[in-house]
Amino acid sequence: MPNEQLIFATNQAEPLAGGHSLCAGCAASIIVRQVIMSTADPVVVANATGCLEVCTGIYPTTSWNVSWIHNAFANAAATLSGVETAYRALRKRGEIPEREIKFVAFGGDGGTYDIGLQSLSGALERGHDMVYVCYDNGAYMNTGVQRSSATPLGAHTTTSPAGTISYGKAERRKDLTAIAEGHGIPYIAQTSPGYYMDLMYKAKRAFQTKGPAFLNVMSPCPLGWVSEPGDTLILARLAADTCIWPLFEIAEGEFSLTYLPLEKQPVTEWLKQQGRFRHLFTPENEGVIDQFQAEVDRNWQKLLARAGDAIPDFAGPGEFKV
Amino acid sequence: MSKTLVLSGNLAVAHALRQVDPHVYPGYPITPSTKIMEAVASFIADGEMQCELIAVESEHSAMSAAVGAASAGARVASATAANGLAFMWEVLYIASGSQLPIVLAVGNRALSTPINGFADHGEAMGARDASWITLYSENVQEAYDNIIQAFRIGEDKRVRLPVIVCLDGFLLTHTSENITLEDDETVKAFVGTYQAEYSLLNPDQPVSHGLSDPPAYYMEHKMRQQAGMEQARAVIEEVGAKFGEQFGRRYGLVDSYRMDDAEIAVVILGSEAGRVKSVVDNLRQAGKKAGVLRIRAARPFPEEQIIRQLLGLRAVAVMDRSYAPGAVGAPMFQEIRSALYDYRSSAPPVINRIYGLGGRELRNADVEAIFAELEALTSGDETVPGIQLVGLRGEPLPTWQELRPVETPTAKTEQPYAQ
Amino acid sequence: MSGGLPAEPVPGNLPHWDELPPGGVSEDAGSTAARTTGYWRGGGQRPLLDLNLCVQCLHCWISCPDACFILENGKVAAIDYDHCKGCGICAQECPPMVNAIVLIEERRFA
Repeated sequence: MPNEQLIFATNQAEPLAGGHSLCAGCAASIIVRQVIMSTADPVVVANATGCLEVCTGIYPTTSWNVSWIHNAFANAAATLSGVETAYRALRKRGEIPEREIKFVAFGGDGGTYDIGLQSLSGALERGHDMVYVCYDNGAYMNTGVQRSSATPLGAHTTTSPAGTISYGKAERRKDLTAIAEGHGIPYIAQTSPGYYMDLMYKAKRAFQTKGPAFLNVMSPCPLGWVSEPGDTLILARLAADTCIWPLFEIAEGEFSLTYLPLEKQPVTEWLKQQGRFRHLFTPENEGVIDQFQAEVDRNWQKLLARAGDAIPDFAGPGEFKV
Repeated sequence: MSKTLVLSGNLAVAHALRQVDPHVYPGYPITPSTKIMEAVASFIADGEMQCELIAVESEHSAMSAAVGAASAGARVASATAANGLAFMWEVLYIASGSQLPIVLAVGNRALSTPINGFADHGEAMGARDASWITLYSENVQEAYDNIIQAFRIGEDKRVRLPVIVCLDGFLLTHTSENITLEDDETVKAFVGTYQAEYSLLNPDQPVSHGLSDPPAYYMEHKMRQQAGMEQARAVIEEVGAKFGEQFGRRYGLVDSYRMDDAEIAVVILGSEAGRVKSVVDNLRQAGKKAGVLRIRAARPFPEEQIIRQLLGLRAVAVMDRSYAPGAVGAPMFQEIRSALYDYRSSAPPVINRIYGLGGRELRNADVEAIFAELEALTSGDETVPGIQLVGLRGEPLPTWQELRPVETPTAKTEQPYAQ
Repeated sequence: MSGGLPAEPVPGNLPHWDELPPGGVSEDAGSTAARTTGYWRGGGQRPLLDLNLCVQCLHCWISCPDACFILENGKVAAIDYDHCKGCGICAQECPPMVNAIVLIEERRFA
């Protein structure tokens, strides 16, 4: 018996047609489908420049079955602010029908954590009724895998390469979810397409939220991560099982952990399946994995402490409060 | 009922926006155009405008939100200046590439560095290839009139391009003049309702904006834009004529003052045209055949009008309030010489006088000196410098002195590259 | 729809500039569907779905990056091989106890 969210989704139109040029096994389009099919209302999508945008929109064809706008790299959130405001303005004057439309922006970690941060911050602060979904694949993938502030410690990218005297990216990842929380918006969540029930529940909540909602979504990239295309969602789940990418939500300031791994896996389980971390498994770079593990553990303990008594007994995929 | 008010340029622009009442105003403050946004906010707060103001966090986001709103079928306006325009630079191209009729008031101000808050056309001239129709206002009345016309020009189906309305920083933005504020309803009727070509907000007809073009399409899309620019020449004249019929003040691509029988003339943009006109009046009283050609629309460049007005003259000075380092003269000078090139055998000598950069004051004496130089040119004086910065302290650069070749170069004397 | 490499657009056959809508906008929603990406499998692997084993959990459908699982009355019915890139996610997502999707070497179907 399929989950009710999946049944609901089967009754929605496909937002993204096949025939796009995203890599085989790319999580970005999976995320788009899961997010948009979590709502029955029509949506308008703003898309920052990046893999998703370039591969789904090459004139004169478009993969999008919904209205879509691509503006530039840094401004998906600002663009969507304009669309959402126009919607309110036109409705106010009775110039468009009284029809519920939802607004969602998709940006990669490039267009969200880095160049798009200002525009995201402004949109969140101003309280537009919109959802921002960051598909975080941990680098500027579309331009050929350059580091972003979301790239994990020790990852090899072309601008933080592993070499004879370098172990890859020397900086820790930025916590963008915490930055979003700093804006005091009504709904923030971290989720993973490998746990579609978690993602779709959160997408539904995000769409239902009056005001800004921010979803930070783990998005494995077979090309940039040098991983098996077929393992994309396995890696997406493993990120949560290793607590590298905890799944939680903050609704009206209330924090809830939405996934507790049955057995917390060591980070090596995740790292070893990706070629971009291969160099860490050498004696001289051993310390990096330890550092990585320590960071993950520290963060996880903080979240557990924050969840306090409200830790779910066991929330596995398929068992979520709706 | 139209009325006479004493208004600064900023307030006049704000009143025009109040009357047009666009759907969305995404704005960011910057000297000297801040007051426009403040006044719009004030009108909204008092219920005099239904417009939605978005106080965005930067000019880049202001133009980005403008593109989003316009793509959703809304009428959009904003205001900026100098580095604000520079910051939204990439989005200017996106707005015009998307053929969205956004209206942007620009309080012309010098670009940093050095940071300078005062009148200068550098920023708007720098954006002259961004495919925005650009109108330069001479006075506060025109700034008000230009904003109203801008909506109609940009939204015209033959054009469909965004419009910049320039008004000189402080000289117009902060200077109050008696102006006629037209009646609200008449202005609304003149501007009409906006019929967007596409809207993102129709779920039954989804559209995709901002697709990437393979090389096979980019040129054709640019040509489509160019066609809008070409058509804009006629549309600007048309709307200017209709404005004249409706409100009594007629406008065109250029504004020619005492040019009919002129022998020497200055070509200029913006507020200092007023000063030049008054100098011309004095010269005329003294029996000199002087004239002024004010360019109102720098984009699309009024080639035909330039050629017609300038060919019969004996000497012309192009006064630019902007500067193109490394180029042969400043922007308008370059374009005018280019327009005259095909008629070079009968074209008058054209010199460039770059003035007022960073708000440097232009005095009547400076303008009189320029006309004196033009007179000297007509009597064959070959020592008149080709390009000059008006009022510069220090010796002018030698490469700017000679523009009109004294003798035609004979043999090619190029050195081949070292083998 | 046929497989194989798509034909390169011939400039002479493309619209003239005045035949293009303004602003580079496309009203052809979902038009990439006409483009096949099935050839991306390139002799690699192809998923085979056994409907007899399938329990209709819909996991394969929701996890396909290319929306290749065709639904009929809300149930998975077939795979769209014109767009399937052979990533193999579906085979991984089909529950281990069910195993209704297997990956077969494409060459076997040459």
